[in-house]
Amino acid sequence: MKNSEPENLGAHSRRTFFKSLGTVAATAATAQVQSVAAELEKINTEKIVGPNAVPVTLRVNGEKLQLLLEPRVTLLDALRNYSSLTGAKEGCDRATCGACTVLLGDTPIYSCQKLAIESQGIEITTVEGLAKNEKLSKVQQAFLDKDALQCGYCTPGFVMSVTALLKKNPRPNADDVKHACAGNTCRCGTHPRILQAALRAAGVETASKTEVVDYV
Amino acid sequence: MSNWPAETKYIGHSTARIDAPAKLTGKARYASDIQAEGWLYGMILRSKWPAAKILSVNLDKARQIPGVKAAVVARDGSFTIRFYGEEIAAVAGTSKQVCLDALRAIEVQAEVRHEFVVNENEARKENAAQVWAGSPNVPATPHVRENGSVDTAFPECAAVIKGFYTTAVQIHHPMETHGNTVSWTDDGVTAWASTQGVSSVRDGLAGALQLDHSQVRVITEYMGGGFGSKLGAGVEGALAAKLSKAAKAPVRLMLTRFDQSLAVGNRPSSFQKIKMGATADGMLHAFEMENYGTAGIGAGGDSGGGSGSADIPAPYIYKVPNTRVKQSAVAVNAGASRAFRAPGNPPASFGMESAMDDLAVKLGMDPLELRLKNDPSPIRQREYKLGAEKFGWKEKYQKPGSSSGVVKTGIGCAGAAWPAGGASRNTQGEAQINPDGSIEFRLGVQDIGTGTKTVIAVVAAEMLGLKPEQITVRVGDTRFPPGPGSGGSTTCGSVSATVFDVCTNALQQLQTQSGLADARGENWFAACKKLGVNPLVVHGKWQPGLTADHACGVQFAEVEVDTETGLVTVKKILGVHDCGLIVNQVTLESQINGGIIMGMGYALYEERVMDDLSGVVLNPNFETYKLPGIADVPDIEIVLINMPERGVIGIGEPATVPTAGAIANAVANAIGVRVCSLPITPAKILAALGKVPPATA
Repeated sequence: MKNSEPENLGAHSRRTFFKSLGTVAATAATAQVQSVAAELEKINTEKIVGPNAVPVTLRVNGEKLQLLLEPRVTLLDALRNYSSLTGAKEGCDRATCGACTVLLGDTPIYSCQKLAIESQGIEITTVEGLAKNEKLSKVQQAFLDKDALQCGYCTPGFVMSVTALLKKNPRPNADDVKHACAGNTCRCGTHPRILQAALRAAGVETASKTEVVDYV
Repeated sequence: MSNWPAETKYIGHSTARIDAPAKLTGKARYASDIQAEGWLYGMILRSKWPAAKILSVNLDKARQIPGVKAAVVARDGSFTIRFYGEEIAAVAGTSKQVCLDALRAIEVQAEVRHEFVVNENEARKENAAQVWAGSPNVPATPHVRENGSVDTAFPECAAVIKGFYTTAVQIHHPMETHGNTVSWTDDGVTAWASTQGVSSVRDGLAGALQLDHSQVRVITEYMGGGFGSKLGAGVEGALAAKLSKAAKAPVRLMLTRFDQSLAVGNRPSSFQKIKMGATADGMLHAFEMENYGTAGIGAGGDSGGGSGSADIPAPYIYKVPNTRVKQSAVAVNAGASRAFRAPGNPPASFGMESAMDDLAVKLGMDPLELRLKNDPSPIRQREYKLGAEKFGWKEKYQKPGSSSGVVKTGIGCAGAAWPAGGASRNTQGEAQINPDGSIEFRLGVQDIGTGTKTVIAVVAAEMLGLKPEQITVRVGDTRFPPGPGSGGSTTCGSVSATVFDVCTNALQQLQTQSGLADARGENWFAACKKLGVNPLVVHGKWQPGLTADHACGVQFAEVEVDTETGLVTVKKILGVHDCGLIVNQVTLESQINGGIIMGMGYALYEERVMDDLSGVVLNPNFETYKLPGIADVPDIEIVLINMPERGVIGIGEPATVPTAGAIANAVANAIGVRVCSLPITPAKILAALGKVPPATA
């Protein structure tokens, strides 16, 4: 791996940004100057990688995933296009639909907005990592029981958001679920069922409001 | 009476979606998940101009980028661009990043045209820029339908209302974008397509690539929604195939969300000028409507893949003795419309049901009363009465605008009709019964999220005396016996009747071959064992007496309107729906929920916004094209009218039809003035209340 400044990084590299900021910051408040200087020093000692592919090691669902990726490859791309983990879906690629939601540690994140190279060293959980020994997780089973899916494309994202919620708050109420799923989009209109499934996974049953009436 | 069994174990009950485990664990492979051996990433370069003449497209520099394996033009030679986002060229490379670099390296020489029009009202003017050269944006003569004599009827009316009800262009936005993975080898073309119609994609690709139908195979094991927009092969399908041929490798070409907003369909807008009158006792007597809407470039010179029509059914579900309806589609420089969940019906319902409530106000009548007087459908009459009781209509109804306080409440209702929803009579299917008793059904249909696979398993289990989990179901392959595209809410009826026939034939043949009188249930394994070593393959097709069409449905809405912010909150929707024989209740309910929520988006949030000056779509993303989210979704209650005597009818479309009308009426009931234009945004509410000036269109 070359350690030199890449030729074609353009005007927007983090390094040049901080360099220019450094000169401006000389006139700013002392504390700011110091923090910028510290950041600059840190960056100058960092190894510059890219733009060509570099080795990246991810820990996904308890297994090591060793990939060769350009630094600009997102975590979502790395999963879907450089490994066989296509459970996380791409619905927008700009942090608006949540179909790509995975857990970074215990935190649900939009994997389309995180670079793979930045995701190293933390346990990543995708929807493929939830079922153990072919047995669906509590959240997955509740989604099945409540039919909380239609086309299924948004489903992995919702499942991950609800899974993260229950890790943090095992007894959520309806508002907690709505808040946790606010960053997930479903176009088939499965939302009421997702809410019921999340509550069921938390041990709260909701009664069906459907009535069947004979015509004749 | 239909020929379905009267006593059932699975039909009419609830079986969990059979492919739920695959979808919940990430094992389900959608078109966008296919990783064929040596696959490449594909991407499309789209026009940044709404109108231009492309003189030349130079792909040389793009091809030189390391990792780029193929680049093709969308059309040979010089060609005309008619909308922002039209396809110019496509590339295939070893990564998304390489493709992004390649798109930037494509050199396009174009003669940019400044004469274009994206606004329906501008496009109708005499001096408007022509979308299709030599062809007017609006046909010289509108479609006219006339019954009785409106001119003599209006003076006979005791009350007459006039209204101008408008609806916006709505975009399908399935969660999985349009696209395919295509592999073109010497043996032919295989396309893993995100489609609602494997057969129509096969035929479309074969046509575009000049291949025999037998040389093209389309596979759709899973797909992420379509709502009417994914019935054809699309330009993107043909481009993926051409890239695959050039690169000698499979190409996965999925559209971006941005692309999705521009080029793969939408619901036409509507501008409905309605005049309607009734006699003093509230009987509709005269109805006149002039309507226009845009189907994008689908109107005017060429259908462009869309229906090209923006006509809506009017006076919708009502019978009026004197009517005159004039309609026309307006061409603008925007992507063509496509079929969208109950084409024509949601705007028709919104316009007509709004007019009904306005007329009720003028007559001093309860709007539900006016409907019961005029709705000719006995099924809807029953649904209105049942619904009104469950909803508490009488207790909740107040005169429009009489709700006190800053946050006002209101209620409204509206009705639906869906004339299709029957079945495709050409549907075929087969089952392979193995000597070990395992059984696999194969039908060339696709499950777009409605639960088609589960319906097949439920019907088969019922007929054969087995459990749904014993039935293996395979759909979405043109090598299977042909079935219809998922359109018109016909899939459920098509597969139910076909599986019924396959099972009937299977039982007959098993009886003959095994000598057992009844191969069902506990005899199943013994009968299958007698097949010896060869599996039994049985065919079947749609049979009469098992399916019907013409679903109805009514919905009631309760809303809160904040008169200071203009925000509308839907508190509750009650949907009362019929779809003949209920096959699988749990997936049926999910479809009704979905229809209501999509209708709510249509009522309150969704609108393609275009810039008149630049001709671009201003909201090609989910930040600014707003869909209902989980926190917006109201309390939804469903009443299902079970009518097994009618046979199977689809529900996907009727469920979304009346929602917008019911919500709009509830809003008008709450604030005492009508917002005549969808979506009902806070700005429009405040304008209707006279608190802010109205926006200029």
